[in-house]
Amino acid sequence: MAVTARPALDAQKLRADFPIFEEKIHGKPLAYLDSAASAQKPRQVLDTVREFYETSYANVHRGVYLLSERATEAYEGAREKARAFVNAPAAREVIFTRSATESINLVAYAWGLDNLGPGDLVLVTELEHHSNFVPWQYIAKRTGAEFRLLPIDDNGELRLDGLDELAAGTQVKVVATNLVSNSLGTVNPVSRLAAWAHERSAIMVVDAAQGAPHHRIDVQDLDCDFLAFSSHKLCGPTGVGALWGRAELLEPMAPFNLGGHMIRSVRAEDTTWGELPYKFEAGTQPIAEAVGFGAAMDYVSAVGLEAIAEYESNLAAHALERLAELGGITTYGPPADRRAGIVSFNVDGIHPHDVAQVLDSEGVAIRAGHHCCQPLMTRLGVAATNRASFYLYTVPDEIDRLVEGLHKVRRILG
Amino acid sequence: MVDDLYREVILDHYKNPRGHGVIEDADAQAEGLNPLCGDEVAIYVQFADDGETIEEVKFSGRGCAISQASTSMLMEMVNGRTANEVAELPKERLLEEVGIPLTPIRLKCALLGLGVLKVALHRAKGTPLPEEWAGLDELDLR
Repeated sequence: MAVTARPALDAQKLRADFPIFEEKIHGKPLAYLDSAASAQKPRQVLDTVREFYETSYANVHRGVYLLSERATEAYEGAREKARAFVNAPAAREVIFTRSATESINLVAYAWGLDNLGPGDLVLVTELEHHSNFVPWQYIAKRTGAEFRLLPIDDNGELRLDGLDELAAGTQVKVVATNLVSNSLGTVNPVSRLAAWAHERSAIMVVDAAQGAPHHRIDVQDLDCDFLAFSSHKLCGPTGVGALWGRAELLEPMAPFNLGGHMIRSVRAEDTTWGELPYKFEAGTQPIAEAVGFGAAMDYVSAVGLEAIAEYESNLAAHALERLAELGGITTYGPPADRRAGIVSFNVDGIHPHDVAQVLDSEGVAIRAGHHCCQPLMTRLGVAATNRASFYLYTVPDEIDRLVEGLHKVRRILG
Repeated sequence: MVDDLYREVILDHYKNPRGHGVIEDADAQAEGLNPLCGDEVAIYVQFADDGETIEEVKFSGRGCAISQASTSMLMEMVNGRTANEVAELPKERLLEEVGIPLTPIRLKCALLGLGVLKVALHRAKGTPLPEEWAGLDELDLR
């Protein structure tokens, strides 16, 4: 048992908050090792959403009646929670979106279309999730800008030494990276990349979908310009995400979605846009989801992000050790002390789909596939990997059951 | 349930795939990709002198046990049939042969080889390609 540190986090106790763990999977207790895809939901979040619908629900920013006031207060309260969660200077810089993916699309379209052109460079990493890759590749093509990849080394860590050479002959305009790689668990050096980007007057865009649930985020400390994160990976409801951006960049940007609520005035000849953040919130927002998102941020903050990060790093060390003992396993990514609670691996000679299928019969849920990172899979020379990922409710016993399950995988398919 | 899935005949085809390999200068050829898992399969067909009868058929690529086994079974099933017969072969026929309960995701694994074969025949012989396989035809991995 490698989890020797005594983190201030009692996962066994926290599990009681999550009704899903009362479910039996194929007659067995659930070992949920796919939190990097989406996190399970605690009662505190579920109760908040239900109570909001039962006592305070109406559309926001519309009615003069009491219920609409209550709903608006809860919705704007969630925005303030999101602001505090990433230590943003102002709540007006926090925009609710449908997802981290939409947050990045918002920046790629609304900033990119007006600021990129031939001779400019958009730089993303080889580790990127398709969500922070495809929008930039597409907008670069649309605008004639160059699109290049910052490579990784064999540990799955970014090769910052190659930056200057990569940018040669271009004007760097965008540097985009994830804070934590969803495939390998690599924690990327965002501050160093941001310093490099800013020396060249480029913007630094951070995909924190995988980082925000597990690490304390401080956008001022990271010194980035935009940061995207989502609710569902953070124990909150699906269907809502957030974008933080510097006001001085958001102010001159054109809107992304057009329609209700994002306007100042609409006439037949012309329409003018509303203030931040409403300029970017067209249509009825995921109101109850945002309120639930707020409750989720409260929940993980109360557990403590430092405690979560430390606990998950210990779990990753435990998993890497157990998998190494097993033999015949290839693991990907950096050493445990430099990674988040994500372990990607392959069982030699056995396809990830088959591994995951057999594990499922044991009640062990892992992800098998390319993790929306096809360029990274190409770099690793594989079509797919297995991925076990952890969160604040993960207990070492679940990892041990994964290892037990791998014995069964070998018995059937080896 | 997992024992039903990985029953003996599936494991046999997976571990000893029939028709695994490459035909150089094949008369018909296509490659396909399962976007869910990144698996790729390529299929090669050699026709007999009549230009219609499949004389030799092989597949290469990587995939899970289900996709490898079902493609292997497909190779046995179509050898000696004509291009038109294979173009009309309903997917249910192959699934009967595979004979295991498949979730929608695993269904895509089991049917990738059949789709790629239909695309290869469509490209070489102009046999009809039903709508459900049209997406595969748009891919060109080479």
